[in-house]
Amino acid sequence: MILSIFIAVVIVSSIGAALAGLLVISEYFFANYGKCKITVNDQREITVDGGNSLLSVLVDDKIFIPSACGGRGTCGLCKLKAIEGAGALLPTEEPYLDTEERELNVRLSCQVKVRNDLKIEIPPELFAIREYTCKCVDIVDLTYDIKRFRLELLDAEIDYIPGQYVQLLTPVYQGSDEEVYRAYSIASDPNQKNIIDLIIRLVPNGICTTYCFNYLKVEDQIKINGPYGDFRLSDTDAPIAFIAGGSGMAPVRCILHHMKNTANNRKAIYYFGANKIKELFLVDEMKMFEAQLNDFQFAPVIATPEEEENWSGQRGLVTEAVQQNLKNASQYEAYLCGSPGMIDASIKVLLGLGMSEEKIFYDKFE
Amino acid sequence: MNAESQIAQAMIVCLSAVFTNNILLTYFLGMCPFLGCSREVKTSLGLGFAVIFVLTFTCMLNWVTYHYILLPLGLEFFRFILFIITIAAFVQFVEMVLDRTSPLLYQKLGIFLPLITVNCAILGASLFMVIRDYSFIVTIGYGLGSGIGWLLAIIAMAGIRQKLANERIPRGLQGPGITLIIAGLMALAFIGFTGVLQGK
Repeated sequence: MILSIFIAVVIVSSIGAALAGLLVISEYFFANYGKCKITVNDQREITVDGGNSLLSVLVDDKIFIPSACGGRGTCGLCKLKAIEGAGALLPTEEPYLDTEERELNVRLSCQVKVRNDLKIEIPPELFAIREYTCKCVDIVDLTYDIKRFRLELLDAEIDYIPGQYVQLLTPVYQGSDEEVYRAYSIASDPNQKNIIDLIIRLVPNGICTTYCFNYLKVEDQIKINGPYGDFRLSDTDAPIAFIAGGSGMAPVRCILHHMKNTANNRKAIYYFGANKIKELFLVDEMKMFEAQLNDFQFAPVIATPEEEENWSGQRGLVTEAVQQNLKNASQYEAYLCGSPGMIDASIKVLLGLGMSEEKIFYDKFE
Repeated sequence: MNAESQIAQAMIVCLSAVFTNNILLTYFLGMCPFLGCSREVKTSLGLGFAVIFVLTFTCMLNWVTYHYILLPLGLEFFRFILFIITIAAFVQFVEMVLDRTSPLLYQKLGIFLPLITVNCAILGASLFMVIRDYSFIVTIGYGLGSGIGWLLAIIAMAGIRQKLANERIPRGLQGPGITLIIAGLMALAFIGFTGVLQGK
């Protein structure tokens, strides 16, 4: 009995192995396209073994094209422009491409096979997203529960739009038995392309923040990927109202650096909301921006300062301060950053002040 | 049975596989590409021909495998696994050869091959041919007929869907909803063929 089962398994396995062997041999003879060169956006050249789909070779090279069906040509998401070398449009692609896309040489990358040298164009934001290995070079306490982490990129420089965020890979550690990704806005000066500053607030029992606060040490290596997100400064001349408290300062700081670098003369005011004076941070730096930027004002708002602290600035909630002090709100553009509750309340106030909805930009930290 | 009557039977089986025992609309096999790739007649035509080709040849291949390898060794119960392996290897092989030797044929037919490797209609036909104890010649007819039946069904579906593309369909029924209803109505219509042919 056992023997017959054994023999049966051996026979079936050997038939399978023989067929697989046949395929390997025929692949060697038929599907051997040699090395192919793919030029991406005229910037990067990738050399790959021919014979596979464009989507899979790009993913192998860490260029992540969105795809929901896994390359079977049924979702139509993996579109990109193939300028040269992709051959004729295939019937499997036709249902997903309209006339305009066909004229622009848009193709489904899962259906295009790499047989020869290719020249392709992908949206820059997809091209820019990649993984970076960093070294933590500095950790600074900003308040009792917010720290600034400075990461130095080890292998490359990062290009991002001020206001975007990166994902931090939290490795397995005592408090967590799986790797998780968490998103943090970039807070650094965009001119320093090998430095990423993150401003992180400790979330009680948060997997990533606990790791950063209690386990991450200077000189440790850590991985990030990005940049992501469409929170960014518009290119109008409208005056700006930033509203952000706590770690929401991160993208604002990055944008302020950017305004300084590009000598942007837009009028700007930054309402920073906090409960206590001890929650204020980087005030010196904000003073510096006030001095260096053409027309920038830092307006911290403290909800309940202690009596003995002599707080001379604005008191109350940040929304109240905006309500009272923001004149001609309809001319302003608002940039909000922070908790969903704060953002929703602020949007309500801004709409009440006559600001139109398309002038309110926000990044909710959820 | 002599060769002549076998050919006659093969033709009857072929016709019945197209109409009365349509593999798609009677047995509901191969639904995935049927629903997924039936947006345009042109695409479904290519897919349909690929199915005809693969069905016919894998049925033949699996007949040989079954009668000359599995039966003599007493391993009929392994046919599920072995049929799948044979189909996958065959499809892969044909795709590779087509890709290299005939770019035109590859573009018309080859690109659909990976999509139907794991199509259950392909495996289903091979299993039916074993259950129904067809001879080799009849198996050819059966494979061919099943493929043509599948092609017929998907072209009809694509034609209807193209017509419906600009119609105002209630929102809740758009997409898969209306497609499944059409498939059901088509299946009902095909029941009308029952009794026309007395093929096995």
